[in-house]
Amino acid sequence: MSFRNTLRAMPTLLKVGFAEAVAYRAEMFIWVLSTTMPLVNMVLWMAVARDAPVGRFGQEDFVGYFLATFAVRQLTSSWAAWLINWEVRQGTLSMRLLRPISPLWAYAAENVAGFPMRLIVAVPVMVLSVVLVGSRAVPQHAWQWAFFVVAVLGGWAISFLANVAIGALSFFWGSSQKVMEVWLVLYFVCSGYMYPVELLPPALRTLIDWLPFRYQIGLPVEVMTGAHGWREVLWLLGAQWAWVAVMGTLAVFVWKQGVRRFAAFGG
Amino acid sequence: MISVRGLRKHYKVHKRPPGLKAALRSLVHRSYTTVKAVDGISFDIRPGERVGFLGPNGAGKTTTLKVLSGLLHPSDGEVTVDGHVPRLREEAFLKKIMLVMGQKQQLLWDLPPAETFELNRAIYDVPAIQYKQTLDELVALLDIGDLITKPTRQLSLGERMKCELAAALIHRPRVLFLDEPTIGLDVSMQATMRTFIKEYNEKYGATLILTSHYMDDVAALCPRVIVIDKGLLSYDGSLDALVQRVRPEKRVVLRLAEEVDAARLAPLGKVVTHEAGTAVLQVRQEAVNATISRALAGLPVTDLTVENAPLEEVMSELFAENKARREAAAEDASRESVTA
Repeated sequence: MSFRNTLRAMPTLLKVGFAEAVAYRAEMFIWVLSTTMPLVNMVLWMAVARDAPVGRFGQEDFVGYFLATFAVRQLTSSWAAWLINWEVRQGTLSMRLLRPISPLWAYAAENVAGFPMRLIVAVPVMVLSVVLVGSRAVPQHAWQWAFFVVAVLGGWAISFLANVAIGALSFFWGSSQKVMEVWLVLYFVCSGYMYPVELLPPALRTLIDWLPFRYQIGLPVEVMTGAHGWREVLWLLGAQWAWVAVMGTLAVFVWKQGVRRFAAFGG
Repeated sequence: MISVRGLRKHYKVHKRPPGLKAALRSLVHRSYTTVKAVDGISFDIRPGERVGFLGPNGAGKTTTLKVLSGLLHPSDGEVTVDGHVPRLREEAFLKKIMLVMGQKQQLLWDLPPAETFELNRAIYDVPAIQYKQTLDELVALLDIGDLITKPTRQLSLGERMKCELAAALIHRPRVLFLDEPTIGLDVSMQATMRTFIKEYNEKYGATLILTSHYMDDVAALCPRVIVIDKGLLSYDGSLDALVQRVRPEKRVVLRLAEEVDAARLAPLGKVVTHEAGTAVLQVRQEAVNATISRALAGLPVTDLTVENAPLEEVMSELFAENKARREAAAEDASRESVTA
């Protein structure tokens, strides 16, 4: 489908996607409960910082960091890999491929359409963070808010495109769910989800800067909590969007090669 | 409208015997076999034609439909549908076709069908006036007015299939591939679907290819049939001619006022069934008139009809013929290789 026609269809795709997200509201709230690991980490790191700060992080800073992590995770998650795996294995992808719009746009719209439901969780957490930590828990200036939005979009785009690239491996291997699980382990370790990446030794920190995971969650959290000046943020956003481009190229390449091998099993 | 030349679709399939030993062996050594789902078939279909694709399970019918609709890339051969190469999946091509699969659905499971219709309107870029007109028509013809606002998961199979068909036709496809569209439906729902499909074909001049295991679907909808068996085309022509070729004998059905002895029926023809006041005789076509005269003269006949053999029987016989031919060819080939 041409880009113009895709854009024209997008509001309806989003509207229907939102209706589906509402239909699955119970499932979504259960998923939210399964993402409470940052709250556990918050308690742990507060205990560690009880007597003295860890790096620049005192107890309050850890509260702000992990509440931000919890909120950002709601806004940057994607589940396209599981969906693609399921649809390739069951052959139900056929119904998407018959339509004159790339299934990738449809998957993206379904993910984005869930945002309002996720905001219902993320916004109160951000408000709670302001109550507990003060106004520094959220961006202080308009430019910081703008960068935060860009960072969240970039984080979501990397997550989504990585999901597509990994999900599309199921065209070749029958299933790629284990690869997604490996990706998730690396994500938890390297993204700043379990701890602020700045607490890592310099050599590891450098390695993490060159990997995509930090840009999925750590960077939006850092921008939200005002960890960087605008010059540094710009530099980091550049690196993030370079990863978006790399992941986008990889995802489209693997998808296109994979669709050629689609066996459309069943029926 | 549709041109298929030397179409082949071969799959490489991992094969292993059952059991733990075989499972462990497959960890280090996997053996593969090539399945020839479609093995070099050619045919043409004119605009507006209704064609039935027949064949036993695993014959290659659905694979062919999937290639024609662009879902599968052929291993070899040339396929065009209304001037498009399906595997390229161009936007213009996808807007002209639709594949309806009785065992797969496009309706959004937790939302009412009306949401899927609206989604398809947007995706197929259907103008608002045409959308309303088409939807009104579909709702009236399929009698789904009450259904389209209920969540899909709460509809019965038949109701869902009617809505599925409506969703497939929102953009008025010019080529319609129907793969077992009446599977699992009751007799009256099957009849409704057939009537509707025929009306759509006649009204919009849409080209239609149907696969179905229900021979009544094929008999009611398809003047022409293409028979595929083991990936090879074994017949392409009219349904009547197929019946004449495979089973030229007619069935004379006699309803009898009283029970008659089997010995009185035997001289009239081959007795196919004889029970509860009804006898079915199989007779050569040229002997039908004589048989009828003798039956009327000598038996207490209250009603009499002359029919073709049931299509199911015709198809079984055709597939059995094909199988015997394949086995004979394989035997010849092995004998030749031994001689050489």
